[in-house]
Amino acid sequence: MLEVKELVKDFGRVRIINSADFKVEADEIVSLVGPNGAGKTTLVNLISGHILPTSGTITFLARNITFASPYKRIKMGVARNFQITNLFPDTSVLDNVRTCLFSVYGKIKRGVLPASHYRSITEEAVGILDLFGISGKKDLMPPSLSEGDKKILDTAMAFALKSKFLLLDEPTSGVATGDKFKVMDTIVTAIRREKMACMIIEHDMDIVSDYSDRVLVLSDGRIIAAGSPKEIMEQDDVKEILFGVKV
Amino acid sequence: MGFRDVILKPKFFVYLGCFIVLLFLPKILPIYHLILFESGITFAIMALGFNLLLRYTGLLSFGHGALFATGAYAVGMMGEYFPDLYRIEILIPVALAGSFVVSTIFGFICVRHTRVFFSILALALSMVLFALLVKLYNITGGSDGIHIDLPIIFGKSFEGMKRFEFLSGVYYYLLICVFAAATIIMLAIVNSPFGKALQCIRDNEVRAEMIGIRVRRYRLYSFILSGLFTGLGGAMWSFVNGHVTPEIAEWVFSGEIVYMTLLGGFMVFEGPIIGAILFTYLRLYAVSITQYWMFLIGATLIILVLLLPEGITGGFVKLFSKMKRAPSTGVA
Repeated sequence: MLEVKELVKDFGRVRIINSADFKVEADEIVSLVGPNGAGKTTLVNLISGHILPTSGTITFLARNITFASPYKRIKMGVARNFQITNLFPDTSVLDNVRTCLFSVYGKIKRGVLPASHYRSITEEAVGILDLFGISGKKDLMPPSLSEGDKKILDTAMAFALKSKFLLLDEPTSGVATGDKFKVMDTIVTAIRREKMACMIIEHDMDIVSDYSDRVLVLSDGRIIAAGSPKEIMEQDDVKEILFGVKV
Repeated sequence: MGFRDVILKPKFFVYLGCFIVLLFLPKILPIYHLILFESGITFAIMALGFNLLLRYTGLLSFGHGALFATGAYAVGMMGEYFPDLYRIEILIPVALAGSFVVSTIFGFICVRHTRVFFSILALALSMVLFALLVKLYNITGGSDGIHIDLPIIFGKSFEGMKRFEFLSGVYYYLLICVFAAATIIMLAIVNSPFGKALQCIRDNEVRAEMIGIRVRRYRLYSFILSGLFTGLGGAMWSFVNGHVTPEIAEWVFSGEIVYMTLLGGFMVFEGPIIGAILFTYLRLYAVSITQYWMFLIGATLIILVLLLPEGITGGFVKLFSKMKRAPSTGVA
């Protein structure tokens, strides 16, 4: 589904992504792990079109999207959330999600009838909030939510885009430890049901091994290992990179 | 929300009440004040458009005077060059078409930037139009401007009628109908999915792009819509004023538009309307009190920004929410 080939990204003279190569198949949930500064978020930014690569190619559904605009990528089915929550602060929680749905259904240009007139879309937005357990807060403004709820809302918005491929940049950072698995259960169940492919950046190795089909290990801008969670955890060099323990 | 839900809302009755009061205003207000009020209403139409940019798209334009002038000059030029077509049902569409063209050009250039860069670009472009209006005096009448005759309204000619009679009669009712229509249309726009998209762009343009909104294009749409309302306000104003001069394209007037909106409170939908009407009176009284009236207006602006940053309506909303909260929390 998604294929990244020899992707390189330089920021000035610093090479952040150094010839990354990997594939993500349809219906697959892949975790991307790596130490701080490995380039995980940069990789997400490159795939979502947030920034453009120095060289290399990104292919999505057999089409080259290396330099496509974010808008085009979204229309093709690449959606993402943000590690540092990125919401619409002066717009209600419901509208944060509802606007995503208007965009998906191509109704965003409608300028006559009020947004609440589109009942099925409103219901669907409430349904998505319900799925993520925050429908009780739909009329609040995002700044009054807890950090964890903001994070969940951010993910819910990415999910609402009904993409084929979802990029989740640390969906559980900032979420209370006890809730992490609950949130991941929700997200992953929803993703599996919609048969989306997904790439999750995650630090918590328990979450990685519980929820992903495959793990990619990124270090210094390179994919140094790929395989099932179990295989990956057994590799000594990976352990050394991820946990800093000399084996 | 269907049509019935709209009608059952208390806000609808407030609007309806206001409209009925407006209908009877010519019977209550002395003629002089009525004409002043009419010019306030035309400013209100413009301020509605201005606030679509400021409140709902997050762009502060310092060049809206030019768009206002476009509407007014469209009427004036039609009177100069096509006197046969000097009918209100032709003049208004022509004014709208004119402001559409100008706001498309302005918008196309301006929406590439945001914040202060946007404001300055809009200001610069409006001054270009101002310069053109002054310098092309054989077309535009230069700094003398153009006299505006009374138009034919739906086949009825008002030739020989005094302007104040015209303004306190048919024209007043036409104006408040246009105003009501403009308010309803703007209300529909800001609550529609399109309006929500604009608000998302205002809040966070990066994320807006990431949910599939074409940020620049939507800003342009918003600018054009805003320009249409402003041009409509300009066209309606030209008949009230009876004369158009290039001053309305100058930055001073653009600044006054910003002032009106801030005075009324840009955070509330109705704020700019109230601001525009109040401003008309405020300016008049300032002028009648002292020859340093600009100083007085400036001083009010400073007081406003310091004490009521959300304008008059914003202040009221705050007061009401405080009063509502008071019994439950026990804090006055």
